Amino acid sequence: MAAALRVAAAGARLGVLASGLRAATRGLCSQATSVNERIENKRRNALLGGGQRRIDAQHKRGKLTARERISLLLDPGSFVESDMFVEHRCADFGMAADKNKFPGDSVVTGRGRINGRLVYIFSRAQWLTLVISALREAEDFTVFGGSLSGAHAQKICKIMDQAITVGAPVIGLNDSGGARIQEGVESLAGYADIFLRNVTASGVIPQISLIMGPCAGGAVYSPALTDFTFMVKDTSYLFITGPDVVKSVTNEDVTQEELGGAKTHTTMSGVAHRAFENDVDALCNLRDFFNYLPLSNQDSAPVRECHDPSDRLVPELDTIVPLESTKAYNMVDIIHSVVDEREFFEIMPNYAKNIIVGFARMNGRTVGIVGNQPKVASGCLDINSSVKGARFVRFCDAFNIPLITFVDVPGFLPGTAQEYGGIIRHGAKLLYAFAEATVPKVTVITRKAYGGAYDVMSSKHLCGDTNYAWPTAEIAVMGAKGAVEIIFKGHENVEAAQAEYIEKFANPFPAAVRGFVDDIIQPSSTRARICCDLDVLASKKVQRPWRKHANIPL
Amino acid sequence: MAGLWVGTAALVAAGRRGRWPPQQLMLSSVLRTLKHVPHYSRQHLMVSRNLGSVGYDPNEKTFDKILIANRGEIACRVIKTCKKMGIKTVAIHSDVDASSVHVKMADEAVCVGPAPTSKSYLNVDAIMEAIKKTRAQAVHPGYGFLSENKEFARCLAAEDVIFIGPDTHAIQAMGDKIESKLLAKKAEVNTIPGFDGVVKDAEEAVRIAREIGYPVMIKASAGGGGKGMRIAWDDEETRDGFRLSSQEAASSFGDDRLLIEKFIDNPRHIEIQVLGDKHGNALWLNERECSIQRRNQKVVEEAPSIFLDAETRRAMGEQAVALARAVKYSSAGTVEFLVDSKKNFYFLEMNTRLQVTTTMHTKKVTTSGALIVGSVTVPSPKQRQHTGRGWQMSPKQRQHAGRGTSPAPVLSDCTEPKAEADDFPVTQLLILKVLGIIRFNLTCADLYFKDCASFPLNFQDPYKSFGLPSIGRLSQYQEPLHLPGVRVDSGIQPGSDISIYYDPMISKLITYGCDRTEALERMADALDNYVIRGVTHNIALLREVIINSRFVKGDISTKFLSDVYPDGFKGHMLTKSEKNQLLAIASSLFVAFQLRAQHFQENSRMPIIKPDIANWELSIKLHDKVHTVVASNSGSAFLVEVDGSKLNVTSTWNLALPLLSVSVDGTQRTVQCLSREAGGNMSIQFLGTVYKVNILTKLAAELNKFMLEKVTEDTSSVLRSPMPGVVVAVSVKPGDTVAEGQEICVIEAMKMQNSMTAGKTGTVKSVHCQAGDTVGEGDLLVELE
Repeated sequence: MAAALRVAAAGARLGVLASGLRAATRGLCSQATSVNERIENKRRNALLGGGQRRIDAQHKRGKLTARERISLLLDPGSFVESDMFVEHRCADFGMAADKNKFPGDSVVTGRGRINGRLVYIFSRAQWLTLVISALREAEDFTVFGGSLSGAHAQKICKIMDQAITVGAPVIGLNDSGGARIQEGVESLAGYADIFLRNVTASGVIPQISLIMGPCAGGAVYSPALTDFTFMVKDTSYLFITGPDVVKSVTNEDVTQEELGGAKTHTTMSGVAHRAFENDVDALCNLRDFFNYLPLSNQDSAPVRECHDPSDRLVPELDTIVPLESTKAYNMVDIIHSVVDEREFFEIMPNYAKNIIVGFARMNGRTVGIVGNQPKVASGCLDINSSVKGARFVRFCDAFNIPLITFVDVPGFLPGTAQEYGGIIRHGAKLLYAFAEATVPKVTVITRKAYGGAYDVMSSKHLCGDTNYAWPTAEIAVMGAKGAVEIIFKGHENVEAAQAEYIEKFANPFPAAVRGFVDDIIQPSSTRARICCDLDVLASKKVQRPWRKHANIPL
Repeated sequence: MAGLWVGTAALVAAGRRGRWPPQQLMLSSVLRTLKHVPHYSRQHLMVSRNLGSVGYDPNEKTFDKILIANRGEIACRVIKTCKKMGIKTVAIHSDVDASSVHVKMADEAVCVGPAPTSKSYLNVDAIMEAIKKTRAQAVHPGYGFLSENKEFARCLAAEDVIFIGPDTHAIQAMGDKIESKLLAKKAEVNTIPGFDGVVKDAEEAVRIAREIGYPVMIKASAGGGGKGMRIAWDDEETRDGFRLSSQEAASSFGDDRLLIEKFIDNPRHIEIQVLGDKHGNALWLNERECSIQRRNQKVVEEAPSIFLDAETRRAMGEQAVALARAVKYSSAGTVEFLVDSKKNFYFLEMNTRLQVTTTMHTKKVTTSGALIVGSVTVPSPKQRQHTGRGWQMSPKQRQHAGRGTSPAPVLSDCTEPKAEADDFPVTQLLILKVLGIIRFNLTCADLYFKDCASFPLNFQDPYKSFGLPSIGRLSQYQEPLHLPGVRVDSGIQPGSDISIYYDPMISKLITYGCDRTEALERMADALDNYVIRGVTHNIALLREVIINSRFVKGDISTKFLSDVYPDGFKGHMLTKSEKNQLLAIASSLFVAFQLRAQHFQENSRMPIIKPDIANWELSIKLHDKVHTVVASNSGSAFLVEVDGSKLNVTSTWNLALPLLSVSVDGTQRTVQCLSREAGGNMSIQFLGTVYKVNILTKLAAELNKFMLEKVTEDTSSVLRSPMPGVVVAVSVKPGDTVAEGQEICVIEAMKMQNSMTAGKTGTVKSVHCQAGDTVGEGDLLVELE
């Protein structure tokens, strides 16, 4: 057995040698052409990517090529490419043939600028996908493997390393399948190399993934490790295994779109943070989004020119909270009214909609907004919303983005589904994230702040810097009805008891007299107050005891 | 029982010609006079002869507290006036109105029930309870709701609470169409001439038609919906018409009886304001023209009418007064007339209440500007006996009324007149109702809406594109009060909810100027500067109407909207130069946003290297047409080349303000950027209409060509609610077979019932709603197989 293996290994080595020889022969043939010409040729080929035919095919599917994407994302003329001459080193399965080799391999890497600010970028091309597609129409990348070669991974790692040293974000534009099967373990190694960089860079520089095509198998984990994953509707998929494998293993009939399309990941799985209409829309939005982010954890949140007066009063907020505490309202309306120019870049707008997270600006400075959404499930906290909120809060904390929290939360969602699903440990994530965050934290309680959820939502007790209550705030252990049932169990005059409870607790005073809220403010003054607080808190410094890293309840 | 006419006060000239401050409440006058009148006392009219002395005597006696049985704009107007006069006010409100403006303004507020009007604003028991609780001495009903409700008036009388409005018998007499017509005839008021009996044969028809005068309308006695209806302009047509109509009537209704009446060709709707007292005195106060209507709701009003001459005006005024006398009218009211193209006028109906748009009247004032403020309280019979006298007009007023030659003095409801009335210029004003309307989304062509109440489903329905009410929250709201000659009557504020339960009216926008042209110019300006966000509205239509050449010429009729927009209103049609202006403004805005995106507070760790773009090559898509634009800027000035022509665009480019004043080649435009997306979509309100443009850089536009068209959802098999509302009825159940166009359910929003019909023939797969459900826009109602 062992002997057989050795023989096989020897054979493989021979194979490598043979391919080496072939390459040498080719080199001799082209001896005549000058180096300069060769450079030119290579460059031309690199710029053409997989060739005009493949470019056309890509366009036909409503997708752009790797280079077109870069040109749209970056400021004109700012792209500086690296590793244009890198080629893959695979010799098996005819991969060494000239027609299967392209300068730059299947990824374009480099650096450039978005609105003048530095960014590192890699745009994974689709050339092998096309080779495979030519063989068979279906696009199941787990079956045919993918296009991540060792060389490809090496290129990505190189710019990621640079981004970390320099302190600038990395954006990955992904449009390729899983591992390149032809390269075997070298491809897997390439993945791991990228994963390692993703983890090393995590919390150091912002990392953004834009999925612009199929992305399957191991390839999905790099986006999953980055801070934000965006998708393009109808043309991008993310899954561990494609529909065919799913069918053979679990006997489920599912389409690619259902299994891993943009809708699935932005509404059900929570894998992706947002989806855009098409390549152009996605890249334009990415430019917009990039403006909210600091370049690295050494920078403070960016401050953009702002035309919206920081002391602007917002009279419409005085009536926004309905008088009946059972009636819903849209927290997004409050956010729009408070932030600069009503601009709010919502993250995960269609997933766990009972919590709202996203970026906005206050007096020009980027802030992270977290808010309960009374319109959906009364704004309660459940497993998904806790995880969604926690991840966002941790991102903001890592990158010095102040947090503004709007609270209207009736509590954690009860029920077996939640308990079995582990609401305790998932809910703890949000609690942990807020408690751990040392960035400026401003909290506004608009209405309900009940029970443990009150504590969780950036309360004073978790080192909230400024905590406000609107006159409509009700801060208590629970709502009147439930509380009275417990306190006055067996009592006859339930209504009177409820009225008493409401009188005592359904207002901001119990918390205000204890200093748990710093002030009770008119809703219309919310913007002015927050802007003023953020100016003061800009120099906030918090010392925490040394530790290797914290242990969030994952 | 008491009546009080809702007076109007004099329009004011504010020193400078044609520049008057926004007018205040009309009701001041009424309530002011109330001050004069101990509420047990009878009737009263106060006439002030000097515009400058409108201020009331603080020693006058007045009510201590009144209750306003209304909401919105009118309630606010009443309360404002009361405040000025020191009268305490009680507002009533429904649950959903708890934080609305009128509630906040009033001294006290009482909740009278849940949102539906039948349970709150029309809930007489609850309102009576509120009156008792708050000890209000009188009730002002405003318009609509209980303002013409006899039962309510009776209840009030029983409790000795004064009803501020006309007395019951006038309400009753004029409320009944037949009775009012008979009364009008008796008072020798022109009514639409016609033959009351059944026409026997064609020859008789011709005889009657000649008597009435052509053109005539021949219609089936049992008719309706236009069937069996013919218009005849001569004898021949009458004969043919008679034959055809009777055949049609027989086949359609099984009843071939025909009627003939005068056909009013292209009628105008002109109404005369009248005032009456208890002594048989009555006077008329000029006209308002309200010909521009939508579903019989007045959309645009103006005074004076551009159409009437002095003679017609006087004739109409005299007849209106005659009618008022005939019903012993003792309040303010409106007599509506239809006026044909030859200035023949016919009585339509009389409104015994304050009108939505009774705001102002104008007329050249040649007298010293008598100001009429007055009130009438009609005593209970017992009281009447006791005093034996009632409200009486002043000699001056009688003079006007009696003489009839010089129309009544200028009236308005200004409480703060500042100028002498002498040398009063001819004034012109325009009143527009700003309604919340919803757009008709033509992309879901499989859903049609119709207003069951007034219109059958009809593809030629000209109103379909602007007929549905819109609801929502006013996220931003700013009235154009900074402009001269503008007044806005509204009962809302930023943050107000426009709910499904009530009238969708946002406000009344009034402009006035020294002549019609100025009033119109100011109106256009006011509409451009009106910020309404969060609900859709009809500003585009209003602005289009007032610049329409037919309207400007004065060539209007009640059919104006359907004549001018036979295929529905599609928004402003841009001329080439307007289009270039829009494109230039849009591209300048785009570049301003792009440049601003590079303006960061300098970060010392890593320098920002701004891209150096001298010329922005852009591609703008408007109405599916792509335009090439090159923009360059120096400071705040942009030089924009649109499809070859060069324009200079300057502005402050304050990107946070809702209104942006832009100068394009010297022309001032106020635009509103309603939305802007990173993907290049931008909505700009320009000349009243909202234009959707898509702006991309040249590179992005080239690459955008490769993007695939998105497949839209097949909506024919799903029925979604086109607007938020309440499901009134569901007429199908799963398994039913429905034909295309068949009614599936009815949704009520803002007092309008909208029938939802099947988009295709098929079987009902599932029903997701039931009667009584509240549904939101886009909610799934019914699915077909």
